[in-house]
Amino acid sequence: MSFSIPYLLSIITFLPLLGAIVVAVWGDDAAKKQTALIFSLVTFAVSLLLLVNWQDGVPGMQFLEEAAWFPEYGMTYLMGVDGISLFLVLLTTLLMPIAIYFSNLYVHEQAGLYLGLMLLLETAMIGVFLALDLVLFFVFFEFSLIPMYLLIGKWGGANRVYAALKFFVYTFAGSALMLVAILVVYFNTGAFNLLEMDGSRIAPAIQTWAFLAFALAFAIKVPIFPFHTWLPDAHVQAPTAGSIILAGVLLKMGTYGYLRFAIPLFPEAAARFGPWIAGLAVIGILYGALVALVQKDVKSLVAYSSVAHLGYVMLGVVALNQQGVSGAVLQMVNHGLSTGALFLMVGLLYERRHTRMLDDFGGLWQSVPVFCGFFLVVIMSSAALPGLNGFVGEFSILLGAYAAWPVLAVLGALGVILAAWYLLTAFRHIAQGPLTNPQNDKAHLPDLRRGEIAMLLPLVLLFFIIGLFPNLFLDKINPSVESLVQNPAIVMKVER
Amino acid sequence: MPDLSSLALNLDAILPELIMVLAALAVMIADMFSSDRRPGLRNALPWLAMAGILLAGAAGVWLWNRPTASFQGMAASDHFALTLNFVVLTAAALAVLVGVNAIPLINKQTGEYYTLLLLASAGMMTMGASTDLITTFLALEIFSLALYILSGLHRDNPRSTEASMKYFLLGAFASAFFAYGAALLYGASGSTRYDAIGSVLSSGQGDPYLLYFGLGLLIAGFGFKISLVPFHMWTPDVYQGAPTPVTAFMSAGTKAAGFAALIRLLLVALPAQQATWAWPLAIIAVITMTLGNLAALRQSSLKRMLAYSSIAHAGYVLVALVPGTAEGANAALFYLFTYAFMNIGAFAIVIALEQAHEDDALRNRAASIAQRWPLLALAMGLFMFSLSGMPPLAGFFGKFFVFKAAVDGGWTWLAAIGMINSAIGVYYYLRVIVTMYFEEPTAESAPDRRMWPALRAGLVITAALTVVIGLYPSPWMGLFRTTFGG
Repeated sequence: MSFSIPYLLSIITFLPLLGAIVVAVWGDDAAKKQTALIFSLVTFAVSLLLLVNWQDGVPGMQFLEEAAWFPEYGMTYLMGVDGISLFLVLLTTLLMPIAIYFSNLYVHEQAGLYLGLMLLLETAMIGVFLALDLVLFFVFFEFSLIPMYLLIGKWGGANRVYAALKFFVYTFAGSALMLVAILVVYFNTGAFNLLEMDGSRIAPAIQTWAFLAFALAFAIKVPIFPFHTWLPDAHVQAPTAGSIILAGVLLKMGTYGYLRFAIPLFPEAAARFGPWIAGLAVIGILYGALVALVQKDVKSLVAYSSVAHLGYVMLGVVALNQQGVSGAVLQMVNHGLSTGALFLMVGLLYERRHTRMLDDFGGLWQSVPVFCGFFLVVIMSSAALPGLNGFVGEFSILLGAYAAWPVLAVLGALGVILAAWYLLTAFRHIAQGPLTNPQNDKAHLPDLRRGEIAMLLPLVLLFFIIGLFPNLFLDKINPSVESLVQNPAIVMKVER
Repeated sequence: MPDLSSLALNLDAILPELIMVLAALAVMIADMFSSDRRPGLRNALPWLAMAGILLAGAAGVWLWNRPTASFQGMAASDHFALTLNFVVLTAAALAVLVGVNAIPLINKQTGEYYTLLLLASAGMMTMGASTDLITTFLALEIFSLALYILSGLHRDNPRSTEASMKYFLLGAFASAFFAYGAALLYGASGSTRYDAIGSVLSSGQGDPYLLYFGLGLLIAGFGFKISLVPFHMWTPDVYQGAPTPVTAFMSAGTKAAGFAALIRLLLVALPAQQATWAWPLAIIAVITMTLGNLAALRQSSLKRMLAYSSIAHAGYVLVALVPGTAEGANAALFYLFTYAFMNIGAFAIVIALEQAHEDDALRNRAASIAQRWPLLALAMGLFMFSLSGMPPLAGFFGKFFVFKAAVDGGWTWLAAIGMINSAIGVYYYLRVIVTMYFEEPTAESAPDRRMWPALRAGLVITAALTVVIGLYPSPWMGLFRTTFGG
């Protein structure tokens, strides 16, 4: 059974943009909030058509769309989706209504502008995952900075201006050289269009430099240790919805960039630098976990846990074998769901108590049992408890990494233990123990409302679905990953 | 003794310039008959000027398929010249729009503004049409003299007078450099015509010392006009002191004209020497970008910040010239075209803020206008992001093609330095966003939010094109064709 609409990818990409325009020009704050939510929900519903019409077992691009954009210079409006990008798009469209719903509850200052920026951001992110033309990709990739910058700078915490500036300048500087590398690729292959490009035609010496330029841009985005310093600032200062999207989706633009661009375009250089990146990834895993252990602010704890978790994803990506890359793709989605949920819960807690310090809490089981129940599941998912989503991804990544570099894999596995340690520490501080602070008792701290549970429920359900039936997802991911792993230089086979 | 019949003038080739001069005369005459008792005529002056600009543009369109040369090959109306005409006319038209209401506040003799604006434009357009060192010098002087006076139009303001004086003194030196360089180049090649110089020099004749010394002096002369480091010293003071509509026009128009003449000189007269001039230009480009950006970081006045940013932008454009390719020339012109919109737009915002009596300091000027004046802040945000080269705005594709030309010409490292520089530049453009959007208002009284209709029209046009060119650059870039000669 299929129900297909033409221009599906463009509709998914630009529906939020349309929403942003409508939100900008029409209605009072209440109407704007509803409009934004409706647009994000419709976008999600439309994006589900990708699943409905998905052709299983096809390694190449599906739903291709091509239009002339700048023919004289070989730039095309080329969009397509394969097993690697499919679930990232769905993750984006799923997290956005949740983030917008949260904002509708708690953001009151200039809500229209805020929601417009969120929707703009959604367009940019989906565009990044769908664009198959280097320039088009770069446009979306860079454009995503603007709304996020404004969201952090305007609605963030006390140190927001500094954090926003650091986020913007750091990322922009990282991608500056990528643009030069894109031009070099064009000079050597005569195309910006990934489908017409053959990465093996780029001479090895040029590959090295161009790969490094791409790798730097993506390394800052991921972020890979030691390029991570912007992340804790940005995360801690960002408003909750911003953090959800930043951790949930924006960071994946980096890891996805490796899989879609850096590795296929420069396969030889990627293989050569693979061990180095893997080494940095493992350092990131351990460093992120150790720093997370000593955090007093639960939001920065989650931020550092992202550094560690993205380390796993990178480890799987550069292992460049079936288990590693498939695990990495799945883990990108898992991290988006788990960390998105973590930031959401931290946000819910913060809106109630206006503090995020671990020491201010304790004994919340007694006052807000529903919250704590959800919190425990989210914590377990993030700590990769078997049966939940995180386990499948990390296990697969470690298998793949072990095949490539056993020592690094063993060191990386230590991070799993550390993750359980800091996450359960956070849980113990918040939920367990005696209820000492009177502000945490039932009278002051309302439990989750129905709407708030509705935000969390889809995420928690997905934890279990992915954890128990990972093949539902891996079956769609694997064909594309297989073709990438077997011959990275042949970018994609086209199925029109 | 030249054959006199060949002197038969073919005025077609300079038709757009001629129309501009005639319009200037018309404005001057109309201005004579206007007085305070007859304000209607005075109010019509800007629209008279605008009509001249549009007519000149129409003449350019008419000439598009009839490229021709005249004055014994001293001027040509080829596609390159006409393209530059459009860039200059765009800048002039926008300068009229943003000046309509701002100029009467600083100088009652508004006729002078439009007359000089039209004359300066005519000179700038001739820079693009010129195919001879003498014509280039003539054009240079025509627009420079007009600009010296325009910078001092605000007679009650000592800064404006200082700007005029400084610009004039340093400009006179630059003209001398140029004339000396032209003389030496003539000595080396025996001709002042670009194509003749080119054919002599490419055959290996010509005294190399005269040639290189002359070329150095010519680059110094151009470098002054287009604010290349180390000839940029005047730029911040003049940009800050001159009336803002004049600054807006100057920043876009002078650069376009100077670069156009330099491109034709390098590509037509001196293509064989590319290996010689490429390296010095590359080094100047690096210094210009870096110094402009670093200095802009430290500015607290919006106008001064934009002045240093314009120096940095001159450096980016120069990158496109280094490989000495037609692709680079197109990219440079396209960049200047996009720059006209985003930079004049930014200056239009400065005018709007000046009108609202906010002072010059960046902090106070822009603080939290996002709340009080949301659309103005949005437009300024667009200009700042575009100037910093963020996609999908016009400035991104300007940079994209400039650096693409550099990479295609084998100057990848230069493109890399250019991109690193634009990353530095982001910082000071973002500061404007920070003050507009993230800071609380410092001024106690709410500003006058009325906006002059003409200024608003100018802002709408610049903002719209900044977005449209960025989203769909293809048809615009398609206009830019470097075809020299008939």
